[in-house]
Amino acid sequence: MSEHTIRVLVAKPGLDGHDRGAKVVARALRDAGMEVIYTGLRQTPEMIAEAALQEDVDVVGLSILSGAHMALAPRIMELLKANGQDQVKVFMGGIIPDEDMPRLKAMGITGIYGPGASTEEIVKEIREATKS
Amino acid sequence: MSLTQQVLKGDRLALSRLLTLVENNSPEGRAALAELFSHTGKAHLIGVTGSPGTGKSSLVNQLVLQYRKMDQKKVAVIAVDPSSPFTGGAVLGDRVRMRDLSGDDGVFIRSMASRGSVGGIAQTTAALAQVFDAAGYEIIIIETVGAGQSEVEIARLAHTTLVVEAPGLGDDIQAIKAGILEIADVLVINKADRPGVEHTERALRSSLELARPVSRVYHHGQAMTVKAHKPPPNTWIPPINKTIATDGSGIAKVIESIANHMQYLRTSGEWNARERARLRSETEALVRDTLMTQFLKGLPEGAFESALERVFSHSLSPIEAAQFLAQTERPQTPRATKEQP
Ligand code: B12
Ligand SMILES: Nc1nc2c(ncn2[C@@H]2O[C@H](COP(=O)(O)OP(=O)(O)OP(=O)(O)O)[C@@H](O)[C@H]2O)c(=O)[nH]1
Ligand SMILES: [Mg+2]
Repeated sequence: MSEHTIRVLVAKPGLDGHDRGAKVVARALRDAGMEVIYTGLRQTPEMIAEAALQEDVDVVGLSILSGAHMALAPRIMELLKANGQDQVKVFMGGIIPDEDMPRLKAMGITGIYGPGASTEEIVKEIREATKS
Repeated sequence: MSLTQQVLKGDRLALSRLLTLVENNSPEGRAALAELFSHTGKAHLIGVTGSPGTGKSSLVNQLVLQYRKMDQKKVAVIAVDPSSPFTGGAVLGDRVRMRDLSGDDGVFIRSMASRGSVGGIAQTTAALAQVFDAAGYEIIIIETVGAGQSEVEIARLAHTTLVVEAPGLGDDIQAIKAGILEIADVLVINKADRPGVEHTERALRSSLELARPVSRVYHHGQAMTVKAHKPPPNTWIPPINKTIATDGSGIAKVIESIANHMQYLRTSGEWNARERARLRSETEALVRDTLMTQFLKGLPEGAFESALERVFSHSLSPIEAAQFLAQTERPQTPRATKEQP
Protein backbone atom coordinates (compact mmCIF):
# COMPACT_ATOMS: atom_id res chain seq x y z
CA MET A 1 0.00 0.00 0.00
CA SER A 2 1.21 3.47 -0.84
CA GLU A 3 1.43 6.10 1.87
CA HIS A 4 -1.76 7.43 3.40
CA THR A 5 -3.47 10.13 1.35
CA ILE A 6 -3.91 13.30 3.39
CA ARG A 7 -7.59 14.21 3.71
CA VAL A 8 -8.49 17.82 4.48
CA LEU A 9 -11.84 19.40 5.23
CA VAL A 10 -12.00 22.98 3.98
CA ALA A 11 -14.87 24.88 5.51
CA LYS A 12 -16.08 28.43 5.87
CA PRO A 13 -17.68 28.94 9.24
CA GLY A 14 -19.68 32.06 9.95
CA LEU A 15 -21.83 34.21 7.77
CA ASP A 16 -19.47 36.04 5.40
CA GLY A 17 -19.33 35.17 1.73
CA HIS A 18 -15.59 35.59 1.13
CA ASP A 19 -14.88 32.19 -0.40
CA ARG A 20 -11.99 33.00 -2.73
CA GLY A 21 -9.29 32.17 -0.23
CA ALA A 22 -10.94 28.87 0.73
CA LYS A 23 -11.16 27.89 -2.93
CA VAL A 24 -7.57 28.91 -3.68
CA VAL A 25 -6.34 26.85 -0.74
CA ALA A 26 -8.56 23.87 -1.67
CA ARG A 27 -7.13 23.85 -5.18
CA ALA A 28 -3.55 24.19 -3.98
CA LEU A 29 -3.99 21.23 -1.64
CA ARG A 30 -5.52 19.17 -4.42
CA ASP A 31 -2.59 20.04 -6.66
CA ALA A 32 -0.32 18.83 -3.89
CA GLY A 33 -2.02 15.43 -4.07
CA MET A 34 -4.35 15.80 -1.09
CA GLU A 35 -8.05 14.94 -1.01
CA VAL A 36 -10.01 18.01 -0.07
CA ILE A 37 -13.59 17.84 1.11
CA TYR A 38 -15.07 21.22 0.36
CA THR A 39 -18.22 22.05 2.31
CA GLY A 40 -18.89 25.59 1.17
CA LEU A 41 -20.21 28.67 2.90
CA ARG A 42 -22.03 29.33 6.15
CA GLN A 43 -21.05 26.26 8.08
CA THR A 44 -21.86 26.11 11.77
CA PRO A 45 -19.25 24.66 14.14
CA GLU A 46 -21.57 21.66 14.56
CA MET A 47 -21.69 21.06 10.81
CA ILE A 48 -17.91 21.29 10.58
CA ALA A 49 -17.29 18.84 13.41
CA GLU A 50 -19.85 16.42 12.01
CA ALA A 51 -18.28 16.54 8.53
CA ALA A 52 -14.79 16.07 10.01
CA LEU A 53 -16.04 12.97 11.81
CA GLN A 54 -17.81 11.42 8.84
CA GLU A 55 -14.91 12.11 6.50
CA ASP A 56 -12.22 10.94 8.93
CA VAL A 57 -10.00 13.84 7.91
CA ASP A 58 -6.44 14.44 9.06
CA VAL A 59 -6.80 18.20 8.84
CA VAL A 60 -9.59 20.74 9.26
CA GLY A 61 -8.99 24.01 7.40
CA LEU A 62 -11.05 27.04 8.36
CA SER A 63 -11.32 30.20 6.31
CA ILE A 64 -12.68 33.17 8.24
CA LEU A 65 -12.67 36.74 6.93
CA SER A 66 -15.62 38.02 8.94
CA GLY A 67 -13.79 38.81 12.15
CA ALA A 68 -15.76 36.16 14.07
CA HIS A 69 -12.82 33.78 14.50
CA MET A 70 -12.56 34.25 18.27
CA ALA A 71 -16.16 33.10 18.65
CA LEU A 72 -16.05 30.26 16.11
CA ALA A 73 -12.65 28.67 16.65
CA PRO A 74 -13.04 27.68 20.33
CA ARG A 75 -16.39 26.01 19.68
CA ILE A 76 -14.99 24.01 16.75
CA MET A 77 -11.98 22.89 18.79
CA GLU A 78 -14.29 21.86 21.63
CA LEU A 79 -16.57 19.81 19.34
CA LEU A 80 -13.67 18.04 17.61
CA LYS A 81 -12.38 17.04 21.02
CA ALA A 82 -15.80 15.90 22.21
CA ASN A 83 -16.05 13.67 19.14
CA GLY A 84 -12.73 12.02 19.95
CA GLN A 85 -10.90 13.74 17.12
CA ASP A 86 -8.15 15.39 19.18
CA GLN A 87 -5.57 14.16 16.71
CA VAL A 88 -7.00 16.27 13.86
CA LYS A 89 -4.79 19.25 13.00
CA VAL A 90 -6.58 22.55 12.56
CA PHE A 91 -5.34 25.22 10.15
CA MET A 92 -6.87 28.60 9.67
CA GLY A 93 -6.71 31.55 7.31
CA GLY A 94 -8.35 34.84 6.45
CA ILE A 95 -8.35 38.14 8.31
CA ILE A 96 -6.85 37.30 11.69
CA PRO A 97 -5.28 40.18 13.64
CA ASP A 98 -1.84 39.47 15.08
CA GLU A 99 -3.00 40.04 18.64
CA ASP A 100 -5.42 37.07 18.40
CA MET A 101 -2.75 34.62 17.27
CA PRO A 102 -1.37 33.61 20.68
CA ARG A 103 -4.83 32.73 22.01
CA LEU A 104 -5.68 30.77 18.86
CA LYS A 105 -2.42 28.86 19.08
CA ALA A 106 -3.07 28.16 22.74
CA MET A 107 -6.39 26.59 21.74
CA GLY A 108 -4.42 24.12 19.67
CA ILE A 109 -4.64 25.64 16.21
CA THR A 110 -1.58 24.51 14.30
CA GLY A 111 -1.16 27.14 11.59
CA ILE A 112 -2.64 30.58 10.91
CA TYR A 113 -2.31 32.47 7.61
CA GLY A 114 -3.31 35.91 6.39
CA PRO A 115 -3.73 37.68 3.03
CA GLY A 116 -0.92 36.90 0.62
CA ALA A 117 0.15 33.74 2.41
CA SER A 118 2.04 31.39 0.09
CA THR A 119 0.12 28.23 -0.72
CA GLU A 120 3.41 26.32 -1.01
CA GLU A 121 4.10 27.24 2.58
CA ILE A 122 0.63 26.03 3.60
CA VAL A 123 1.10 22.72 1.76
CA LYS A 124 4.49 22.22 3.34
CA GLU A 125 3.25 22.88 6.85
CA ILE A 126 0.22 20.61 6.46
CA ARG A 127 2.50 17.81 5.26
CA GLU A 128 4.81 18.45 8.18
CA ALA A 129 1.99 18.42 10.73
CA THR A 130 0.42 15.20 9.43
CA LYS A 131 3.63 13.21 9.35
CA SER A 132 3.07 10.28 11.69
CA MET B 1 -13.42 -3.78 22.04
CA SER B 2 -12.28 -4.26 18.45
CA LEU B 3 -13.01 -1.70 15.76
CA THR B 4 -15.55 -3.97 14.05
CA GLN B 5 -17.39 -4.55 17.32
CA GLN B 6 -17.56 -0.81 17.87
CA VAL B 7 -18.89 -0.36 14.35
CA LEU B 8 -21.56 -3.00 14.92
CA LYS B 9 -22.55 -1.21 18.11
CA GLY B 10 -23.13 2.00 16.16
CA ASP B 11 -20.00 3.99 17.03
CA ARG B 12 -19.71 6.63 14.30
CA LEU B 13 -16.06 7.49 14.83
CA ALA B 14 -15.13 3.81 14.64
CA LEU B 15 -17.22 3.51 11.48
CA SER B 16 -15.44 6.48 9.94
CA ARG B 17 -12.00 5.08 10.76
CA LEU B 18 -12.92 1.69 9.40
CA LEU B 19 -14.14 3.31 6.17
CA THR B 20 -10.66 4.83 5.78
CA LEU B 21 -8.92 1.50 6.39
CA VAL B 22 -11.17 -0.17 3.84
CA GLU B 23 -10.83 2.66 1.33
CA ASN B 24 -7.04 2.33 1.56
CA ASN B 25 -7.32 -1.44 1.11
CA SER B 26 -5.20 -1.97 4.21
CA PRO B 27 -4.76 -5.44 5.77
CA GLU B 28 -6.82 -4.34 8.82
CA GLY B 29 -9.54 -3.13 6.48
CA ARG B 30 -9.62 -6.42 4.61
CA ALA B 31 -9.74 -8.43 7.83
CA ALA B 32 -12.61 -6.27 9.09
CA LEU B 33 -14.54 -6.76 5.85
CA ALA B 34 -14.24 -10.50 6.24
CA GLU B 35 -15.46 -10.26 9.81
CA LEU B 36 -18.39 -8.05 8.90
CA PHE B 37 -19.55 -10.03 5.89
CA SER B 38 -22.09 -12.11 7.80
CA HIS B 39 -23.82 -8.87 8.83
CA THR B 40 -24.31 -7.67 5.25
CA GLY B 41 -26.97 -8.25 2.63
CA LYS B 42 -29.75 -6.18 4.17
CA ALA B 43 -29.22 -2.81 2.54
CA HIS B 44 -30.84 -1.42 -0.59
CA LEU B 45 -28.08 0.12 -2.72
CA ILE B 46 -29.26 2.99 -4.88
CA GLY B 47 -26.93 4.43 -7.53
CA VAL B 48 -27.29 8.00 -8.76
CA THR B 49 -25.48 8.82 -11.99
CA GLY B 50 -25.69 11.34 -14.82
CA SER B 51 -23.79 14.15 -16.51
CA PRO B 52 -21.93 16.78 -14.46
CA GLY B 53 -24.15 19.42 -12.93
CA THR B 54 -27.48 17.75 -13.62
CA GLY B 55 -28.27 17.98 -9.91
CA LYS B 56 -27.28 14.56 -8.58
CA SER B 57 -26.11 15.82 -5.20
CA SER B 58 -29.13 18.09 -4.80
CA LEU B 59 -31.35 15.14 -5.62
CA VAL B 60 -29.56 12.89 -3.11
CA ASN B 61 -30.09 15.60 -0.50
CA GLN B 62 -33.85 15.54 -1.15
CA LEU B 63 -34.07 11.76 -1.32
CA VAL B 64 -32.39 11.38 2.04
CA LEU B 65 -34.59 14.07 3.62
CA GLN B 66 -37.63 12.21 2.36
CA TYR B 67 -36.42 8.78 3.49
CA ARG B 68 -35.66 10.12 6.93
CA LYS B 69 -39.17 11.58 7.17
CA MET B 70 -40.73 8.28 6.12
CA ASP B 71 -39.25 5.93 8.69
CA GLN B 72 -36.43 5.19 11.07
CA LYS B 73 -34.09 3.58 8.57
CA LYS B 74 -30.54 4.87 8.69
CA VAL B 75 -29.26 6.27 5.41
CA ALA B 76 -25.67 6.39 4.15
CA VAL B 77 -24.42 8.42 1.21
CA ILE B 78 -21.20 7.65 -0.65
CA ALA B 79 -20.36 10.56 -2.96
CA VAL B 80 -17.61 9.92 -5.49
CA ASP B 81 -15.74 12.71 -7.27
CA PRO B 82 -12.80 12.40 -9.66
CA SER B 83 -9.16 12.38 -8.61
CA SER B 84 -6.77 14.46 -10.67
CA PRO B 85 -4.91 12.09 -12.98
CA PHE B 86 -1.81 14.28 -12.63
CA THR B 87 -1.45 14.82 -8.90
CA GLY B 88 -3.76 12.20 -7.43
CA GLY B 89 -5.42 14.96 -5.41
CA ALA B 90 -9.11 15.79 -5.50
CA VAL B 91 -11.64 18.39 -4.47
CA LEU B 92 -14.73 16.56 -3.26
CA GLY B 93 -17.61 19.03 -3.39
CA ASP B 94 -20.81 17.02 -3.22
CA ARG B 95 -21.41 17.83 0.46
CA VAL B 96 -22.03 21.45 -0.45
CA ARG B 97 -25.49 20.42 -1.71
CA MET B 98 -26.25 18.17 1.24
CA ARG B 99 -26.17 20.66 4.05
CA ASP B 100 -29.82 19.98 4.98
CA LEU B 101 -28.74 16.56 6.19
CA SER B 102 -26.43 17.77 8.91
CA GLY B 103 -27.46 17.27 12.50
CA ASP B 104 -29.23 13.97 11.80
CA ASP B 105 -27.52 11.03 13.52
CA GLY B 106 -29.32 8.62 11.22
CA VAL B 107 -27.44 9.93 8.22
CA PHE B 108 -23.78 9.38 7.36
CA ILE B 109 -22.20 11.06 4.32
CA ARG B 110 -18.82 9.97 3.08
CA SER B 111 -16.99 11.60 0.19
CA MET B 112 -14.64 9.50 -1.86
CA ALA B 113 -12.13 10.22 -4.62
CA SER B 114 -12.13 7.92 -7.65
CA ARG B 115 -8.37 7.31 -7.20
CA GLY B 116 -7.65 6.38 -10.79
CA SER B 117 -10.75 4.29 -11.38
CA VAL B 118 -12.59 5.15 -14.59
CA GLY B 119 -15.99 3.50 -14.17
CA GLY B 120 -17.59 6.37 -12.22
CA ILE B 121 -16.93 4.85 -8.80
CA ALA B 122 -13.73 3.98 -6.96
CA GLN B 123 -12.17 0.55 -6.60
CA THR B 124 -13.28 0.30 -2.97
CA THR B 125 -16.73 1.89 -3.25
CA ALA B 126 -18.41 -1.52 -3.09
CA ALA B 127 -16.41 -2.37 0.03
CA LEU B 128 -17.43 0.90 1.70
CA ALA B 129 -21.06 0.07 0.94
CA GLN B 130 -20.53 -3.30 2.63
CA VAL B 131 -19.26 -1.60 5.77
CA PHE B 132 -22.32 0.68 5.87
CA ASP B 133 -24.55 -2.33 5.28
CA ALA B 134 -23.00 -4.18 8.21
CA ALA B 135 -23.30 -1.05 10.36
CA GLY B 136 -27.06 -1.12 9.87
CA TYR B 137 -27.54 1.47 7.15
CA GLU B 138 -30.49 0.03 5.26
CA ILE B 139 -30.47 2.58 2.49
CA ILE B 140 -27.15 3.36 0.82
CA ILE B 141 -27.09 5.99 -1.90
CA ILE B 142 -24.04 6.15 -4.13
CA GLU B 143 -23.46 9.27 -6.24
CA THR B 144 -21.03 8.58 -9.08
CA VAL B 145 -18.52 10.86 -10.73
CA GLY B 146 -20.58 12.89 -13.19
CA ALA B 147 -19.05 11.57 -16.36
CA GLY B 148 -22.28 10.92 -18.22
CA GLN B 149 -20.64 8.09 -20.09
CA SER B 150 -21.60 4.48 -19.78
CA GLU B 151 -21.04 4.06 -16.08
CA VAL B 152 -21.74 0.37 -15.95
CA GLU B 153 -19.84 -0.14 -12.71
CA ILE B 154 -22.59 1.52 -10.71
CA ALA B 155 -25.27 -0.65 -12.33
CA ARG B 156 -23.30 -3.71 -11.31
CA LEU B 157 -23.04 -2.53 -7.72
CA ALA B 158 -26.42 -0.90 -7.10
CA HIS B 159 -29.75 -2.67 -6.89
CA THR B 160 -31.50 0.35 -8.36
CA THR B 161 -29.77 2.86 -10.62
CA LEU B 162 -31.12 6.37 -11.13
CA VAL B 163 -29.96 8.24 -14.21
CA VAL B 164 -30.33 12.00 -13.85
CA GLU B 165 -30.79 14.24 -16.87
CA ALA B 166 -31.53 17.95 -17.07
CA PRO B 167 -33.00 20.11 -19.81
CA GLY B 168 -30.79 22.45 -21.76
CA LEU B 169 -27.61 20.45 -21.54
CA GLY B 170 -26.92 21.61 -25.06
CA ASP B 171 -27.15 18.60 -27.26
CA ASP B 172 -29.81 16.35 -25.75
CA ILE B 173 -29.32 13.59 -28.27
CA GLN B 174 -25.64 13.40 -27.37
CA ALA B 175 -26.37 13.39 -23.67
CA ILE B 176 -28.93 10.63 -23.90
CA LYS B 177 -26.70 7.88 -25.10
CA ALA B 178 -28.02 4.38 -25.30
CA GLY B 179 -25.32 3.13 -22.90
CA ILE B 180 -26.50 5.22 -20.00
CA LEU B 181 -30.13 4.40 -20.70
CA GLU B 182 -29.42 0.71 -20.58
CA ILE B 183 -28.25 0.99 -17.00
CA ALA B 184 -31.20 3.14 -15.88
CA ASP B 185 -33.81 1.58 -13.64
CA VAL B 186 -35.36 4.96 -12.92
CA LEU B 187 -34.93 8.07 -15.07
CA VAL B 188 -35.06 11.51 -13.52
CA ILE B 189 -35.37 14.75 -15.44
CA ASN B 190 -34.19 17.24 -12.87
CA LYS B 191 -34.38 21.03 -13.15
CA ALA B 192 -37.97 20.71 -14.33
CA ASP B 193 -38.28 24.42 -13.59
CA ARG B 194 -36.07 25.09 -16.59
CA PRO B 195 -37.32 25.51 -20.16
CA GLY B 196 -36.99 22.53 -22.47
CA VAL B 197 -38.31 19.82 -20.13
CA GLU B 198 -40.82 18.53 -22.68
CA HIS B 199 -38.10 18.32 -25.29
CA THR B 200 -35.84 16.34 -22.96
CA GLU B 201 -38.71 14.06 -22.01
CA ARG B 202 -39.57 13.35 -25.65
CA ALA B 203 -35.92 12.66 -26.47
CA LEU B 204 -35.66 10.33 -23.47
CA ARG B 205 -38.80 8.43 -24.36
CA SER B 206 -37.75 7.83 -27.92
CA SER B 207 -34.22 6.73 -26.97
CA LEU B 208 -35.75 4.52 -24.31
CA GLU B 209 -37.94 2.79 -26.85
CA LEU B 210 -34.91 2.15 -29.01
CA ALA B 211 -32.89 0.83 -26.10
CA ARG B 212 -35.68 -1.21 -24.56
CA PRO B 213 -38.55 -2.08 -26.87
CA VAL B 214 -41.92 -1.50 -25.26
CA SER B 215 -44.97 -3.65 -26.00
CA ARG B 216 -47.77 -1.84 -27.69
CA VAL B 217 -51.47 -2.40 -27.97
CA TYR B 218 -53.70 -1.17 -30.72
CA HIS B 219 -56.71 0.90 -29.85
CA HIS B 220 -58.95 2.52 -32.43
CA GLY B 221 -56.30 1.74 -34.96
CA GLN B 222 -53.66 3.75 -33.14
CA ALA B 223 -50.54 2.39 -31.53
CA MET B 224 -50.51 3.04 -27.82
CA THR B 225 -47.79 2.31 -25.33
CA VAL B 226 -48.85 -0.08 -22.62
CA LYS B 227 -49.08 1.94 -19.43
CA ALA B 228 -46.56 1.39 -16.69
CA HIS B 229 -49.20 0.11 -14.23
CA LYS B 230 -49.74 -2.93 -16.41
CA PRO B 231 -46.35 -4.06 -17.71
CA PRO B 232 -45.89 -7.52 -19.18
CA PRO B 233 -44.77 -9.91 -16.45
CA ASN B 234 -41.08 -9.87 -15.57
CA THR B 235 -40.12 -6.75 -17.46
CA TRP B 236 -39.27 -3.44 -15.93
CA ILE B 237 -39.86 -0.28 -17.90
CA PRO B 238 -37.82 2.58 -16.41
CA PRO B 239 -40.26 5.26 -15.35
CA ILE B 240 -39.45 8.89 -16.10
CA ASN B 241 -39.81 11.27 -13.17
CA LYS B 242 -39.55 15.05 -13.27
CA THR B 243 -38.07 16.83 -10.28
CA ILE B 244 -36.88 20.16 -8.99
CA ALA B 245 -34.17 19.14 -6.58
CA THR B 246 -33.71 22.63 -5.22
CA ASP B 247 -37.23 22.71 -3.73
CA GLY B 248 -38.15 19.02 -3.48
CA SER B 249 -40.87 18.89 -6.15
CA GLY B 250 -41.40 15.43 -7.59
CA ILE B 251 -39.21 13.66 -5.03
CA ALA B 252 -42.08 11.59 -3.61
CA LYS B 253 -42.64 10.11 -7.06
CA VAL B 254 -38.97 9.16 -7.37
CA ILE B 255 -39.13 7.43 -3.99
CA GLU B 256 -42.21 5.57 -5.20
CA SER B 257 -40.43 4.51 -8.41
CA ILE B 258 -37.48 3.23 -6.36
CA ALA B 259 -39.85 1.26 -4.11
CA ASN B 260 -41.63 -0.19 -7.15
CA HIS B 261 -38.31 -1.22 -8.63
CA MET B 262 -37.35 -2.91 -5.38
CA GLN B 263 -40.69 -4.75 -5.43
CA TYR B 264 -40.03 -5.82 -9.01
CA LEU B 265 -36.54 -7.07 -8.11
CA ARG B 266 -37.96 -9.17 -5.29
CA THR B 267 -40.93 -10.66 -7.12
CA SER B 268 -39.15 -11.36 -10.39
CA GLY B 269 -36.22 -13.13 -8.75
CA GLU B 270 -33.93 -10.49 -10.19
CA TRP B 271 -32.74 -9.48 -6.70
CA ASN B 272 -31.35 -12.94 -6.03
CA ALA B 273 -29.92 -13.20 -9.51
CA ARG B 274 -28.10 -9.88 -9.14
CA GLU B 275 -26.79 -10.67 -5.67
CA ARG B 276 -25.50 -14.04 -6.83
CA ALA B 277 -23.84 -12.59 -9.93
CA ARG B 278 -22.21 -9.84 -7.89
CA LEU B 279 -20.92 -12.18 -5.18
CA ARG B 280 -19.75 -14.66 -7.77
CA SER B 281 -17.67 -12.11 -9.66
CA GLU B 282 -16.27 -10.74 -6.38
CA THR B 283 -15.27 -14.23 -5.27
CA GLU B 284 -13.82 -15.09 -8.65
CA ALA B 285 -11.72 -11.95 -8.67
CA LEU B 286 -10.35 -12.77 -5.23
CA VAL B 287 -9.59 -16.35 -6.21
CA ARG B 288 -7.74 -15.04 -9.25
CA ASP B 289 -5.72 -12.63 -7.10
CA THR B 290 -4.88 -15.32 -4.57
CA LEU B 291 -3.85 -17.86 -7.18
CA MET B 292 -1.78 -15.26 -9.01
CA THR B 293 0.07 -14.35 -5.82
CA GLN B 294 0.68 -18.01 -4.97
CA PHE B 295 1.76 -18.79 -8.52
CA LEU B 296 4.24 -15.92 -8.66
CA LYS B 297 5.68 -16.92 -5.29
CA GLY B 298 6.21 -20.45 -6.56
CA LEU B 299 8.15 -19.45 -9.68
CA PRO B 300 11.94 -19.53 -9.74
CA GLU B 301 13.56 -16.19 -8.99
CA GLY B 302 13.27 -13.81 -11.98
CA ALA B 303 11.35 -16.27 -14.21
CA PHE B 304 8.36 -13.97 -14.58
CA GLU B 305 10.47 -10.93 -15.42
CA SER B 306 12.59 -12.74 -17.97
CA ALA B 307 9.46 -14.09 -19.69
CA LEU B 308 8.07 -10.56 -19.69
CA GLU B 309 11.25 -9.27 -21.31
CA ARG B 310 10.81 -11.77 -24.12
CA VAL B 311 7.23 -10.57 -24.56
CA PHE B 312 8.45 -6.96 -24.65
CA SER B 313 10.91 -7.84 -27.41
CA HIS B 314 8.13 -9.68 -29.26
CA SER B 315 10.04 -12.95 -29.29
CA LEU B 316 7.31 -14.60 -27.21
CA SER B 317 3.58 -13.91 -27.30
CA PRO B 318 1.74 -13.29 -24.01
CA ILE B 319 -0.13 -16.57 -24.50
CA GLU B 320 3.11 -18.48 -24.97
CA ALA B 321 4.65 -16.74 -22.00
CA ALA B 322 1.73 -17.77 -19.78
CA GLN B 323 1.94 -21.37 -21.00
CA PHE B 324 5.69 -21.43 -20.54
CA LEU B 325 5.44 -20.08 -16.99
CA ALA B 326 2.67 -22.52 -16.11
CA GLN B 327 4.97 -25.38 -17.16
CA THR B 328 8.05 -23.97 -15.47
CA GLU B 329 9.25 -26.17 -12.68
CA ARG B 330 8.34 -24.95 -9.23
CA PRO B 331 11.49 -24.70 -7.12
CA GLN B 332 10.13 -26.21 -3.86
CA THR B 333 8.01 -29.25 -4.56
CA PRO B 334 9.07 -30.79 -7.87
CA ARG B 335 12.79 -30.21 -7.39
CA ALA B 336 12.79 -31.66 -3.92
CA THR B 337 11.59 -34.99 -5.27
CA LYS B 338 14.31 -35.09 -7.91
CA GLU B 339 17.14 -34.69 -5.45
CA GLN B 340 18.30 -38.14 -4.39
CA PRO B 341 18.45 -38.86 -0.71
C1 B12 C 1 -12.59 40.25 -2.54
C2 B12 C 1 -13.23 40.82 -1.28
C3 B12 C 1 -14.62 40.83 -1.23
C4 B12 C 1 -15.48 40.18 -2.31
C5 B12 C 1 -15.58 38.67 -2.00
C6 B12 C 1 -15.68 37.80 -3.22
C7 B12 C 1 -15.60 36.35 -2.84
N1 B12 C 1 -16.51 35.56 -3.36
O1 B12 C 1 -14.72 35.89 -2.12
C8 B12 C 1 -16.81 40.95 -2.08
C9 B12 C 1 -16.83 42.17 -2.96
C10 B12 C 1 -18.08 40.14 -2.33
C11 B12 C 1 -16.66 41.38 -0.62
C12 B12 C 1 -17.72 41.74 0.15
C13 B12 C 1 -17.61 42.18 1.46
N2 B12 C 1 -16.45 42.41 2.14
CO1 B12 C 1 -14.75 41.96 1.45
N3 B12 C 1 -12.98 41.82 0.87
C14 B12 C 1 -12.44 41.34 -0.23
C15 B12 C 1 -10.92 41.54 -0.18
C16 B12 C 1 -10.59 42.81 -0.97
C17 B12 C 1 -10.07 40.42 -0.71
C18 B12 C 1 -10.43 39.02 -0.18
C19 B12 C 1 -9.91 37.97 -1.10
O2 B12 C 1 -10.66 37.35 -1.86
N4 B12 C 1 -8.59 37.78 -1.11
C20 B12 C 1 -7.94 36.80 -1.95
C21 B12 C 1 -7.77 35.49 -1.18
C22 B12 C 1 -7.01 34.47 -2.04
O3 B12 C 1 -7.07 35.74 -0.02
P1 B12 C 1 -7.53 35.30 1.42
O4 B12 C 1 -8.97 35.02 1.51
O5 B12 C 1 -6.95 36.20 2.43
O6 B12 C 1 -6.80 33.88 1.57
C23 B12 C 1 -5.43 33.73 1.76
C24 B12 C 1 -5.04 33.64 3.23
O7 B12 C 1 -5.89 34.36 4.08
C25 B12 C 1 -5.05 32.19 3.52
N5 B12 C 1 -6.30 31.51 3.81
C26 B12 C 1 -7.58 31.88 3.62
N6 B12 C 1 -8.42 30.90 3.97
C27 B12 C 1 -7.68 29.89 4.38
C28 B12 C 1 -8.03 28.62 4.86
C29 B12 C 1 -7.04 27.74 5.23
C30 B12 C 1 -7.41 26.38 5.72
C31 B12 C 1 -5.68 28.11 5.16
C32 B12 C 1 -4.64 27.16 5.58
C33 B12 C 1 -5.34 29.37 4.68
C34 B12 C 1 -6.33 30.25 4.29
O8 B12 C 1 -4.54 31.66 2.33
C35 B12 C 1 -5.05 32.38 1.22
C36 B12 C 1 -4.00 32.41 0.15
O9 B12 C 1 -3.00 33.32 0.43
C37 B12 C 1 -10.69 41.74 1.36
C38 B12 C 1 -9.49 42.58 1.74
C39 B12 C 1 -8.25 41.77 1.86
N7 B12 C 1 -7.15 42.35 1.51
O10 B12 C 1 -8.25 40.61 2.26
C40 B12 C 1 -12.00 42.38 1.80
C41 B12 C 1 -12.49 42.16 3.21
C42 B12 C 1 -12.26 40.70 3.60
N8 B12 C 1 -13.93 42.44 3.10
C43 B12 C 1 -14.40 43.04 4.14
C44 B12 C 1 -15.76 43.41 4.27
C45 B12 C 1 -16.10 44.25 5.50
C46 B12 C 1 -16.72 43.07 3.31
C47 B12 C 1 -18.20 43.42 3.33
C48 B12 C 1 -18.87 43.25 4.69
C49 B12 C 1 -18.30 44.85 2.82
C50 B12 C 1 -19.68 45.47 2.93
N9 B12 C 1 -19.79 46.36 3.86
O11 B12 C 1 -20.57 45.12 2.18
C51 B12 C 1 -18.80 42.49 2.28
C52 B12 C 1 -19.34 41.20 2.90
C53 B12 C 1 -19.99 40.31 1.87
C54 B12 C 1 -20.41 38.97 2.44
N10 B12 C 1 -21.47 38.40 1.91
O12 B12 C 1 -19.84 38.45 3.31
C55 B12 C 1 -13.35 43.31 5.17
C56 B12 C 1 -13.44 42.39 6.39
C57 B12 C 1 -13.14 43.15 7.68
C58 B12 C 1 -12.90 42.29 8.88
N11 B12 C 1 -12.93 41.00 8.84
O13 B12 C 1 -12.64 42.84 9.90
C59 B12 C 1 -12.04 43.18 4.33
C60 B12 C 1 -10.83 42.69 5.14
C61 B12 C 1 -11.74 44.56 3.73
C62 B12 C 1 -11.36 45.58 4.79
N12 B12 C 1 -10.10 45.83 4.93
O14 B12 C 1 -12.21 46.10 5.45
N13 B12 C 1 -15.38 41.38 -0.24
N1 LIG D 1 -32.90 25.49 -11.46
C1 LIG D 1 -32.53 24.36 -10.86
N2 LIG D 1 -31.25 24.22 -10.44
C2 LIG D 1 -30.90 23.08 -9.84
C3 LIG D 1 -31.82 22.03 -9.62
N3 LIG D 1 -31.16 21.02 -9.02
C4 LIG D 1 -29.89 21.40 -8.85
N4 LIG D 1 -29.72 22.66 -9.34
C5 LIG D 1 -28.47 23.45 -9.36
O1 LIG D 1 -27.57 22.85 -10.28
C6 LIG D 1 -26.22 22.99 -9.83
C7 LIG D 1 -25.54 21.64 -9.76
O2 LIG D 1 -26.17 20.85 -8.80
P1 LIG D 1 -25.48 19.60 -8.11
O3 LIG D 1 -26.48 18.95 -7.24
O4 LIG D 1 -24.19 19.99 -7.52
O5 LIG D 1 -25.21 18.71 -9.40
P2 LIG D 1 -24.33 17.37 -9.55
O6 LIG D 1 -24.93 16.60 -10.64
O7 LIG D 1 -24.22 16.72 -8.23
O8 LIG D 1 -22.93 17.95 -9.97
P3 LIG D 1 -21.52 17.18 -10.03
O9 LIG D 1 -21.42 16.32 -8.80
O10 LIG D 1 -20.53 18.28 -10.05
O11 LIG D 1 -21.55 16.39 -11.29
C8 LIG D 1 -26.31 23.68 -8.47
O12 LIG D 1 -26.11 25.05 -8.67
C9 LIG D 1 -27.74 23.42 -8.03
O13 LIG D 1 -28.23 24.39 -7.16
C10 LIG D 1 -33.18 22.20 -10.07
O14 LIG D 1 -34.04 21.34 -9.94
N5 LIG D 1 -33.46 23.39 -10.68
MG1 LIG E 1 -22.50 16.17 -7.14
